[in-house]
Amino acid sequence: MRIDCKHVWQFISAYIDGEVDAVLRAEIDRHLETCEICSAVLDSTRNVVVLVADQRVFELPAGFSERLHARLDREMELAGP
Amino acid sequence: MTAENPEFESDCIRRILAGERELFHDLIRPCERSIFFLLMSLLRNETEAEEAAQDTAVKVYLNLKNFRGDSQFRTWVLSIARNEGLSRLRKAGTRREDSLEAETDEQSGDYTPAILTSWREIPSETLEREELGTILRKAIYGLPVIYRNVVLLRDIEEMDVRETAAALGITEGSVKVRLHRARGLLQRDLAPQLKEFAPQRKSRFGWFKP
Repeated sequence: MRIDCKHVWQFISAYIDGEVDAVLRAEIDRHLETCEICSAVLDSTRNVVVLVADQRVFELPAGFSERLHARLDREMELAGP
Repeated sequence: MTAENPEFESDCIRRILAGERELFHDLIRPCERSIFFLLMSLLRNETEAEEAAQDTAVKVYLNLKNFRGDSQFRTWVLSIARNEGLSRLRKAGTRREDSLEAETDEQSGDYTPAILTSWREIPSETLEREELGTILRKAIYGLPVIYRNVVLLRDIEEMDVRETAAALGITEGSVKVRLHRARGLLQRDLAPQLKEFAPQRKSRFGWFKP
């Protein structure tokens, strides 16, 4: 089976998560060896996934945790034992 | 993110219900980030998401005796956060962009990515540049809500497919389809912008392959 670019794009996300079976993975790998466009699409998608996962992109607002726990202390006091 | 520890959680819950209420701080702490960012995903307003996160934590405390232990603690907490977010959206009369409860997604994964013939990896040190963080946040908050939720929980909070599905009340298949589409939309939006952040060195092949 030879797969084309569109077919590869359909499985990019599953490929990144290691969720494609061995046969399909081998087909995709073979396609990537010769297709510069799909290689760039895969690398850029993977890079986007890595970058958005960086904790520096999504940081809690300064003082969030302190305010949350202070509020909890007040509510626990009100609710009683 | 702290890994869940069901034994610590169930022990903690038992002791809190028996009167050691201070332990609730330790119980809820590992869930704080996920609560806040799920609410940010729904409300897209930092002040409101923080208020809603506090209300969620209070509701979790007051309803702790109702936790049955048949799901993970964090999953249960996130479903309370999600209800809190949805109820705030309803109160504000916000028209929902699309159905959050949609049970099925069309199983097609068709999308056209940004076509690049060269791509170099963006080194993570580049994130020190505030501009890059702003671009990434803008792209994610610009996604339709059903995709935004899934990206936030899967790729940012690194929850697994099962937990994400349970927290959002959708099927695991929907999580996978939505994540695929979300990443595709992000690639199309971000890849052309991110190229500017790639190192300037010229590769003989003009593109980077890890």
